[in-house]
Amino acid sequence: MSTATITPAPVAPATQRPARAIPAPIPFTRILGVELRKMFDTRSGFWLMASIVITSAVATVLTVLLSDREDLTFDSFAAAVGSPMSIILPIVGVLAVTSEWSQRTALTTFTLVPSRGRVIGAKLVNTLAIGAVSMVIALGVGALGNLVTSAITGNAAVWDIPVWQFSQIVLANEMGMLFGFALGLLFRSSPAGIVGYFVWALVLPGISEALASAQQWWLDNNAWFDVNGTRFLLFDSTLTGQEWTQLGVTAVIWILLPLLVGLRLVMRSEVK
Amino acid sequence: MITIDSLTKRYGAFTAVDEVSFTAQPGRVTGFLGPNGAGKSTTMRVMVGLTEPTSGHVHVLGRPFAALPNPGREVGVLLDASAQHAGRTGREILTIAARTMGLPKGRVADMLQRVSLTEEESGRRVRNYSLGMRQRLGIATALLGDPEVLILDEPANGLDPAGIRWMRDLLREFADQGGTVLLSSHLLHEIEVIADDIIVIGNGRIVAGGTKQELLASTGTLARAADAATLARALEVAGIVTSVADGAVFADADLPTVGRTAFAAGIALTELRTADGAGLEEMFLELTAESQRDAHVHTEGTAA
Repeated sequence: MSTATITPAPVAPATQRPARAIPAPIPFTRILGVELRKMFDTRSGFWLMASIVITSAVATVLTVLLSDREDLTFDSFAAAVGSPMSIILPIVGVLAVTSEWSQRTALTTFTLVPSRGRVIGAKLVNTLAIGAVSMVIALGVGALGNLVTSAITGNAAVWDIPVWQFSQIVLANEMGMLFGFALGLLFRSSPAGIVGYFVWALVLPGISEALASAQQWWLDNNAWFDVNGTRFLLFDSTLTGQEWTQLGVTAVIWILLPLLVGLRLVMRSEVK
Repeated sequence: MITIDSLTKRYGAFTAVDEVSFTAQPGRVTGFLGPNGAGKSTTMRVMVGLTEPTSGHVHVLGRPFAALPNPGREVGVLLDASAQHAGRTGREILTIAARTMGLPKGRVADMLQRVSLTEEESGRRVRNYSLGMRQRLGIATALLGDPEVLILDEPANGLDPAGIRWMRDLLREFADQGGTVLLSSHLLHEIEVIADDIIVIGNGRIVAGGTKQELLASTGTLARAADAATLARALEVAGIVTSVADGAVFADADLPTVGRTAFAAGIALTELRTADGAGLEEMFLELTAESQRDAHVHTEGTAA
């Protein structure tokens, strides 16, 4: 069979449509708004977001009820509320990307906005914004718990989280979200992304520790490679200049690099 | 207007789309016909920028799809009606698309009405939709931005006969207003009913193309008269190639020519029609035989 190329003879259309104005390009703010809406408009999306508030509230209530109330400070609540955040927020990051593939909505999304970079960019901005807002909500719920405790015990509430520490906690959580986001881009599969995150956050630190106990070089130098080690410092210490550098280096290795590789994959991959 | 120029897509050693070129004209419904796995969907994905071609290019309304500033306003696309978030309602899916395109709010309700999805149905989650309802929702999404071009992959899948008729009328009207429609199908009947122009693809290559009339005409005419042999002779004299079978004369000419020739020869015809016993279907099977999975199944005496 020949590779004949066949074009039906051009036939004048019955009626020519009047020439139309070329529509204005889609502004980024609109993509941002649509992508944000898409994170909340399904039951699973809505409850994932709601769980941020719910788990903060539950953690706070449990802290008030079960701890020794005399010793409770704002920091106790921040710690209680912080642990569910550190799990939920990265999952938000993963799912922000992967839901497009697991539900195959990418087909529609990328035909309406062919520039994939703009869609991913909008998702990234929304993810980081949700992270920051969630942290403020969590802090607010924790503060409420702190006030309730002081009302119960009659002691003055202890506010022992300065702004710098709160900013560091937000940064640590945003880094977790970014890594989740990068995994989402890399795998484009929700289960793979979520499992990947837990391996990174729960399994790798153990391996690193085991390695450090067996090998002197790793013990001395792991801070340059182990992002979790440096990231965890953000929660409760003032970082030295070297530690900030190590945080930057590990963030480049573990977050920026996967993000760029994942982005490149998404830009080139076939959407089916 | 869609122009596809020497489009090729290879996956490793496998060539899914092989030097495909054709044009879908405004004011016409172009049917893209081929068996499953012939390369229809791949071609359509390349058209809308979801798949990067190995070589060649596609222009929609004179430019690459990715260069359209707000594609939904110019090109309506339906590639897979099931590729929607199962947890969203039909109305929500349209609302998201309408917002992306920057359309006024009322447009969603208009479109729901246009595709006959009721208020109640539009509030249901898509996981509870039948395939037919999903197709209607997909067509609503495609029509939402009042585009000039429609690209629809197997849009009639899952529609009942009334639904197919509805879609045919809808696409007809769209084309009559000067729009360009490209729709694919692996079912000949759908294409035969809806399309003005037909492109047949098999094994990633275009094996036939032209207006429906041209393709139908090439399958010839069936004529009967009291004496088949006399009729055949009269047609042969007029330079028409004929064959006689079952008392019927198959002529390689269109209906008016055969009718006029018989009339001129003073032969009363008892039957005159396109040889549709074979029709496009025979052609389709023939043309795509090498790409058919069941190539060994010989279709003898096919009834369309």
